[in-house]
Amino acid sequence: MSIHDLVADDQPDKFAFSSENEALIKKIIAKYPEGKQASAVMPLLDLAQRQHDNWIPMSAIELIAERLDMAKIRVLEVASFYTMYNLKPVGKYFFQLCGTTPCMLRGSDDLSRCVKDKLNISSGEITPDGKFSILEVECLGACVNAPIVQVNDDFYEDLDYDSMASLIDSFAEDLPPPIGSVKSRSGSQAVTGPTSLTKLTEKQNVVKSSGKLKKEPNSLSEHVRNKVHASG
Amino acid sequence: MPKLTVNSIEVEVEQGASVLQACEEAGFEIPRFCYHERLSIAGNCRMCLVDMERAPKPIASCAMPASDGMVIDTQSERVKKAREGVMEFLLLNHPLDCPICDQGGECDLQDQAMGYGLDGSRYKETKRAVEEKQMGPLIKTIMTRCIHCTRCVRFATEVAGVPDLGAIGRGEQVEITTYLEKTIASELSANVIDLCPVGALTSKPYAFISRPWELSKTESVDVMDAQGSNIRIDSRGNQVLRIMPRLNEEVNEEWITDKARFAIDGLKNQRLDRPYVRGTNGKLEPSSWDNAFKIIAKQLKKVKPDNFGVIAGDQIDAETMFAMKLLMEKIGSPHMDCRQDGANIEGSARAGYLFNSSIAGIDDADALLIIGSNPRIEAPVLNARIRKRYLNAGIPVGYIGPTVDLTYPTNFLGSDPSVLQAIAEKKHPFCKFFKSAKNPMIIVGNGLLIRDDAKALLNYISTIIKNFEVIYKGWNGFNVLHTAASRVAGLDISFLPGKNGKSAKKMLKDASAGKMQMIWLLGADEIDTAKLKNTFVVYQGHHGDAGAHIADIILPGAAYTEKNGIYLNFEGRVQEVRRATFPPGEAKDDWSIIRAFSGFIGHPLSFDSHDACRQMLFTNHPHFAEIGQLHKSRWRRIGKPGKVFNSPILPALTEFYMTCPMSRASQTMADTRTSRENNSKPMAAE
Repeated sequence: MSIHDLVADDQPDKFAFSSENEALIKKIIAKYPEGKQASAVMPLLDLAQRQHDNWIPMSAIELIAERLDMAKIRVLEVASFYTMYNLKPVGKYFFQLCGTTPCMLRGSDDLSRCVKDKLNISSGEITPDGKFSILEVECLGACVNAPIVQVNDDFYEDLDYDSMASLIDSFAEDLPPPIGSVKSRSGSQAVTGPTSLTKLTEKQNVVKSSGKLKKEPNSLSEHVRNKVHASG
Repeated sequence: MPKLTVNSIEVEVEQGASVLQACEEAGFEIPRFCYHERLSIAGNCRMCLVDMERAPKPIASCAMPASDGMVIDTQSERVKKAREGVMEFLLLNHPLDCPICDQGGECDLQDQAMGYGLDGSRYKETKRAVEEKQMGPLIKTIMTRCIHCTRCVRFATEVAGVPDLGAIGRGEQVEITTYLEKTIASELSANVIDLCPVGALTSKPYAFISRPWELSKTESVDVMDAQGSNIRIDSRGNQVLRIMPRLNEEVNEEWITDKARFAIDGLKNQRLDRPYVRGTNGKLEPSSWDNAFKIIAKQLKKVKPDNFGVIAGDQIDAETMFAMKLLMEKIGSPHMDCRQDGANIEGSARAGYLFNSSIAGIDDADALLIIGSNPRIEAPVLNARIRKRYLNAGIPVGYIGPTVDLTYPTNFLGSDPSVLQAIAEKKHPFCKFFKSAKNPMIIVGNGLLIRDDAKALLNYISTIIKNFEVIYKGWNGFNVLHTAASRVAGLDISFLPGKNGKSAKKMLKDASAGKMQMIWLLGADEIDTAKLKNTFVVYQGHHGDAGAHIADIILPGAAYTEKNGIYLNFEGRVQEVRRATFPPGEAKDDWSIIRAFSGFIGHPLSFDSHDACRQMLFTNHPHFAEIGQLHKSRWRRIGKPGKVFNSPILPALTEFYMTCPMSRASQTMADTRTSRENNSKPMAAE
């Protein structure tokens, strides 16, 4: 993996943060003590990625280096160390497919086969129309609902070949399905619904008998994300 | 001071020492790749694992501070197994290309695999391959061999102060590279070649040239700058193949500049290998020594001694200048000068032209003022030492001159001479640093000394020294940073205008006015040779450079790798260069040329050998006999009040790579300069 394999060949000449992000950057840098502003490199890379179609161009790396008074190579080291930073364009829907042991045992290979069959791309590739790209990643930390695919910021769980196929179909029509388990279980609850403490849960009316959360999963994740950003 | 036991030997080490250092202290070798005394601790190669009592597993000794009562075992079965394991891991992806690897024979990995590894590999899978990286014309990369010790990255970041190198990617995909594969923007870059424990970074000009066991090694001293970095000249037959640094804590630690290391290909180009005489057609024609001497003697007879002068260049050894001075006394001319650049500095007050604090003294300085010098290009190794001091103590550095990147934070005080006056009069904000400093230090560069108002400016500096106690018993903070390797020796033996003698500047001026009919250039090339058009010029030197082009007679001399000689570095430290190869063709040692000529004109000098010449030099100037020693001198106020000009104070040099006849003849230096220049241009489309 040389630098040419690592970063995109086609690079935009310039990158500038949006005014909203500039405000955020001020806040982020202010969190660190004077002279330690280099600590802000990771959130800044994240902002750049979010602003720039989910990938970080070299011009953004140079801008961040300049902003944080770091050597360019130091920023590139960080950006290339973490797989979550994309240094090449990714699809509008960026599938990160977990292939670590629990997911593999639960059939993650079927999912990558499904992607290959339907979109004709393998890990690290992007469809010609730029709509989909896929990357096999290490543990996403939701092994209880394995196998998992992360699409942009959202998790889709309990997948198999067929549900993966319909997931791709929905995205192809720009209709993202509700996030979470495709077997419509709540969190990592048993698929059959609560098996213990049923009485208590009824009484407190936290969880419906169907096992669904009160709030729509989508809006919950939205809420969490907003919160993260606001605090960022 | 912690006391600990290593293999049942008790040792006491300094506070803050590592277990690894304690083991060495006790006399046990610890294998290592990433650890290096002069770099920060990375602890990532794991080769230095040792057993510590009560530790559940072996510890990395380089990263573990030694503490009282530790019991270390470096010889246990577990340590042996751990080393074998680490070695096996390191070799997984390391190619077995030792037979074609330039590091072969001086490779840490090879040696330690022999010493601590297993005899075979259990690895059956395919090895990783890594693309080569571009790091400029000096460093060849074969990155498949890299074991990611990150010594080069730490050197560039910490010592050289140019964070150009880094490790991108992660895990098995880690690769060392420069940002977008640009040339490392440092004058010390090639030291990473020595640091690299494997053959990943090797010398490009030396690629596939030789094996270490074929080389004869000559311990010598670098003359490319005035620091006198200790070097080892590796030669085979009559060819200098490479230059390596030699350890000298007091001078260069273990670094040398890229010019010291790589200008040697200049030894093969543009050499003067026989005497030349300018014929009637105006062209230089090969001649014999006899004929050349005959013409010079005839000319010398024609002109009055008062119309004959000698200018010594920047790389002339002390013996040659000494012999020349004796000859000049016999001829009866007072016109000689070793300051071809016109530096206004005199031989009378020795402490007035030395780097008095000594290079190692930088480690004690707590405030620094640099005036009219760019140490980064005039003495890069010294600059690295200043940077080290900055990193250790964060000392304030003031700089009078144009804005330059010195690799450490610098207070630019402007380049106006009035700043110096303001500091002398305690009116400048920078004064507070000097006031509170215990060991303040001033570095004066040639940029100030070559000014016509140098004496007036030195007078201000003398005032600063007085006002801020820059010099007291046990500390002398006045330092002159010379750029010429021959300068201090020249000043010490007083190769300077005698009574009513003319300085180099005056000689050149008079020559262009027709009042100086004959000039002997002792390797002096960095002068305005246009002024010598109507003068009879004898050029004695080793390269066909500016001086030889205008010469009427050329006497071929020896380069610094081809002679024995004494040089004094800017501290006044006496050091010897030694002959590694012989001068080409009919070229001779410079002192012997002068000796032979003295006999030719009937004023024979009273020595017949180099040794005798040296003994005579020692008799006249006893401190020259103290080889390797620093001869300190008492301070006397220098400079005198006078008019100060308004022109900005500038460093004398703006160019690092090609500054002397040898480096100007070096293709490697030319390429490196071009490649550094290209760094600032946008990348070419691929």
